[in-house]
Order: sequence, then C-alpha cells, then structure tokens
Amino acid sequence: MYEYTYKSEITRVSRLTDKENLYRIRIIDQNDRKRFSFKPGQFVMLEVPGIGEAPFSISSSPSSHEDVELCIRKAGNLTNYLSRASRGMRVGIRGPFGTSFPMENMQGQNILLIAGGLGLAPLRSPIAYVQENRTHFGHVDIIYGAKTPSHLLFTYQYDMWRRDEIGLSIIVEKADSLWKGQVGLITNALEAVIAGKDAAYIHNTSAIVCGPPVVFKFICNILSEIGVPMQKMFVSLERRMHCGMGKCCRCNVGSTYTCLSGPVFDYWTVMNLKEAI
Amino acid sequence: MIFRVLDKEELVKFFDHLSANNAIVGPVESGIDRKGKPIYAFEQVSDFAKMRLDYTTTKLPSKRYFLPFKEDLAVFKVEGDEWHKTIDFNCDKATVFFGLHACDINALNKLDKVLLGNVYPMPYYAAKRKNMFIIGVGCLPQPFCFCRSMGADTVLHGFDMFLTDIGSRYFVEILSANAYNFLQCIKTRAPEEADNLLYMKFVSEKNKMFASRVDTTDLTKILDMEFQSPVWKQWGDKCLGCGTCSNVCPTCYCYGVEETVNVNLRAAKKTKTLYSCNVIDFAEVAGGHNFRPERSTRLKYRYYHKHRGFVEAYEESLCVGCGRCGESCLAGITVPEVIASVRGEEA
Repeated sequence: MYEYTYKSEITRVSRLTDKENLYRIRIIDQNDRKRFSFKPGQFVMLEVPGIGEAPFSISSSPSSHEDVELCIRKAGNLTNYLSRASRGMRVGIRGPFGTSFPMENMQGQNILLIAGGLGLAPLRSPIAYVQENRTHFGHVDIIYGAKTPSHLLFTYQYDMWRRDEIGLSIIVEKADSLWKGQVGLITNALEAVIAGKDAAYIHNTSAIVCGPPVVFKFICNILSEIGVPMQKMFVSLERRMHCGMGKCCRCNVGSTYTCLSGPVFDYWTVMNLKEAI
Repeated sequence: MIFRVLDKEELVKFFDHLSANNAIVGPVESGIDRKGKPIYAFEQVSDFAKMRLDYTTTKLPSKRYFLPFKEDLAVFKVEGDEWHKTIDFNCDKATVFFGLHACDINALNKLDKVLLGNVYPMPYYAAKRKNMFIIGVGCLPQPFCFCRSMGADTVLHGFDMFLTDIGSRYFVEILSANAYNFLQCIKTRAPEEADNLLYMKFVSEKNKMFASRVDTTDLTKILDMEFQSPVWKQWGDKCLGCGTCSNVCPTCYCYGVEETVNVNLRAAKKTKTLYSCNVIDFAEVAGGHNFRPERSTRLKYRYYHKHRGFVEAYEESLCVGCGRCGESCLAGITVPEVIASVRGEEA
C-alpha cells in the first residue's frame, strides 16, 4: 500500500472557471481499475513524478468504475503544472483515503448540501449518489455560495440537478451585470431555504457542509439553532497532507489526523477537536 | 526474563565477535562543548575502546539510523509522458545498536506504535527496525532527565539485551533468542544473590538522583482546559520556531515530501525529509491559508500532540523525558517548565 501508485492517464480536462479544471482520470491497469472503489467524501493523493503529490477530494460518482474526476484549483506547483496538462498525460494516484459521508445512514432523510466556493468539489460525489438513488431520500437541497458568477463551478449540471428534484439555491457575494440571482453571503441563502421548513422537516434532516475554514462555524451554528443534531451534520475539512496515511502529521487536528479520522467528520467530533474549525 | 552476569573484559570480546560480521552503532565522544564537557554522539564504531558506555546523553538521538533526516521514497525514470516508478525501502544490513539508554529504547517502542501499527505500516521504517540488534545500557539521570515522570526510566521490551554496570561486572537482561545464542561466544554466569543486591542498589540510587520532574496527573484534561491559557503566548513569544526540538527528539517523526526532477529531465525523485510542527509552514495549505500561523499555536500543538493526542490514541505519552529538546533549545524552553506553567505551578 505504502507508495503503491496506480499509474493513471488523464482522459479529459474540462475548464470550469479561470482557475479550476475538472480532470477525468483513468487507472491504466484494468484489474486495478475494477478493484478501485471509493465512497463519497473520500480523497486520493495525486502525483506527478518530479512535480509533487497532493490530496484531492473525489468529485465523481462512486458508482462509476471507469474514471474518477477531480476538481482542481490552480494554487501551487503541482496544480499549476496540472493546469497545463492535456489528454494522455500520465499521473499516479494513491488511495482512496479517509472517511466518507454516511449516505446509507441518511436514507429516508432530507438532505441539505451546503457548499462555499471550492467546497462544491467534494459535494459533487454525494450529489451524484443522491441523483442515482433519488427515491431513497426526502427533500434534497443544495445551497451554494461563490464570490462572483464567474467563480461558479459545474454550471452545466444545475439543470440536471433540478430535473432530479434537487433544490438549488445559488448566491454570489458580488454580482455582475448579467446576474439575476441572489446576492449576499451563503448564510443568507441557507436562512432563506430553511425559513420555509417545518419542525417535521428539521427533525428528519442531515446536513453536509464544505467550504473555506471561515464558513463552517457560521453554517453549523445556524443549523444547530434550528435543531439539526450535531451528529447529523457532516463537514469535510481541508488540511495539508504529505502521506494520506496518518504518518506525516501535517494534517493533525486536535488529537487526530484529518487523513485517517477525516476528512469527513460529524460536527460533534469536530467541536471536540481543538482548532478543527 | 533470563539474567546473566559477565565480567567487563568479556564484553570487549563480545563486541569483537559482533563487529566481525555486523555494523555497530554506539556512543562515542565527538567533541567538547563551550563548558568543557564532552559531547556524545551515536556513530558507527569498530573499536570497543572508542565507545563510551558511561556517556551521559547524546545531543542527537539514534533515529537517523532508522528515520533518516532525508530518505528517498521512490525514484522515477521519465521518458516523455511515460514514467516508471521504483520503490526501494532502503533496507540496510543488520545493525547492532550498542549502548542505548532506556529512554531511547522506549522511544523506539513508541515509534513502533505509529509506524508499524495496523493502519498503513511504514515499510521504510519496518525494514530497518526489524533489522536491529539492540543492546541497552543502564544510566544515571542528568539534571535535565525526567524520564521517570514519563515512565520511560526502565524499558520492558523492544531490545535484545540490557546491560547494567555493577562495578567490575555487567548485570545482563536477555530478552531475545538471538542475544542468548550470541552470548554463548563469551563467558557468562548466572547471577548470585550478591549480584542481585548490587543491581537493586544501583536502581535505588538512580531513583534518588532525579532532579527534573513533570506532573502528568490528568494532563490530557488539563491541556484541554488550559487551551486558551496565556502561558502559551508567553512561551510562543520566546520560541524561535526553528524546529531544533523536533530534530533532537527521539520520538518526532513528522515529515514533508518533495519531488524533484533530475537536471537531464529523464529522472525524478520523491524525497521524505523530517519536519517540525514548530516551523512556520507546517500547516499551510495551497492558496496560502495557514492553520497555525503563530509560534504560540505551533508550540502548543507540539505539546498537544506529545502529551494529549498520542495519549488518547495509545494510552501513553509520546515524550520519553530524555530532556534533549530543553538542552538544545536556543530559547531555553524546557518541557518540565512548560507543563508546570500550564498547570499553574512554578517549575
């Protein structure tokens, strides 16, 4: 396992915004590809020999065994190199690592999927799971906030999500001349969505939250106030990682590691980890 | 446990037998410090006389032999878009560690828990660890040693044999069949009551000598309760964020990984380098957000990991009380003082 890399090929690069691309990646060995399976919320370590290796949440459906998709922002050495990648480039992936969103336990429940900015990337996998098993869930709402309309990710999927009876509430901090939707903070959008819900709805709701460090507390506070239990709120945390296996210590939060006990934590656990959010 | 007694001259013969076929690492005097005191280091030795089994402590722990500061995890052959990865666990031949103190053997046992544990054992470490023959040696505490407080002043496993100086002879604990077999090449005898008494006298005198103490009672809870304590800021203001404490720590294993390309662009390398949680970019993520930008939060985190996180995971502390970090700290920060201040006590 240690250092065992699935040699893989980039099969497609789709531009999502100025800074983010969606990379479709296929494990080259057929047997490895069949064996590779993951759960929504897990991550892989993506490696380009000589350039670097970093953790990325998987953004695709867990039921697809052909390719995995990673939504990656240009932010450092490795990701800038990747942004110049083209089809056919060989990369390595290790994993999958970490905990996942307990989708099976959420069956029969309403789901709030709340994403700020790039936080939509790890949520696309549970969204795909919900789409494929739509009848297993009650009301499903996505609340998504971004800086400006040009920062919005996966715009081409919004209609499909709505068609699958997934509510979609999008808010931007700063509108442009073409924007007709909501303007404000993600908390405003969340408050608007839950304003119309009754106690029976809240009683049977799980939440999945991902965003930049600053949003977790605000979102989870609102959810706590309306009565969503802490153990039914799930967050996906971002940390620096160099191994993915609980060895390098870089992703340490409180008394544990994000790579082993996370990246998906329930809110109760997170509240008990110092400096986690 | 099997006990034997051997004359001191026999140990020289034992060393010579061992060194005929094995690399031996032992404590040697490597220099003199500003105060005129000898500096000790673990070095490869081929002559028993060069070793100083009466050494006080070494500046650096023995970890560089099994957790090297820099280690290649993999090398790549690159040709255009195609590459081939080769993994080498860098398993050297068997190494004898001659004369480790109890704290350093306890440190190895603690490292084993993380690095050989059931989730993702680390083969680079295992390859070296499983290839060690360890001879421990009893020691007397230095003023900065607080191993007794950490329960690391004696060691129960993780070595092959353990020597205690009882005057003209060594009292030997034998833990492995390897050690038992190898001891057949020299003269040893079963200990008599007089030898046992000498051993117990050594231990009780040693116990009276501890000058540094750490109160670990309820420490995990206290660290949580005092998470916002102003003492962290005070220590953080003193701390230089240099990472020396981690470098000299026998149980610090955190690391970073870097990939580099060969100048001819035909090869690449993935290198692991030991790191320190006190260094500024330890928890910085892509895009520049730093989860621990202040020295005080990084210093606090180090104590938190050693004395709380590890205790939660393994029911023991990740500190063996060797005191090396305090001795090497350029700002003079020591573990007993930091813990005492968190507990609201004078050190």
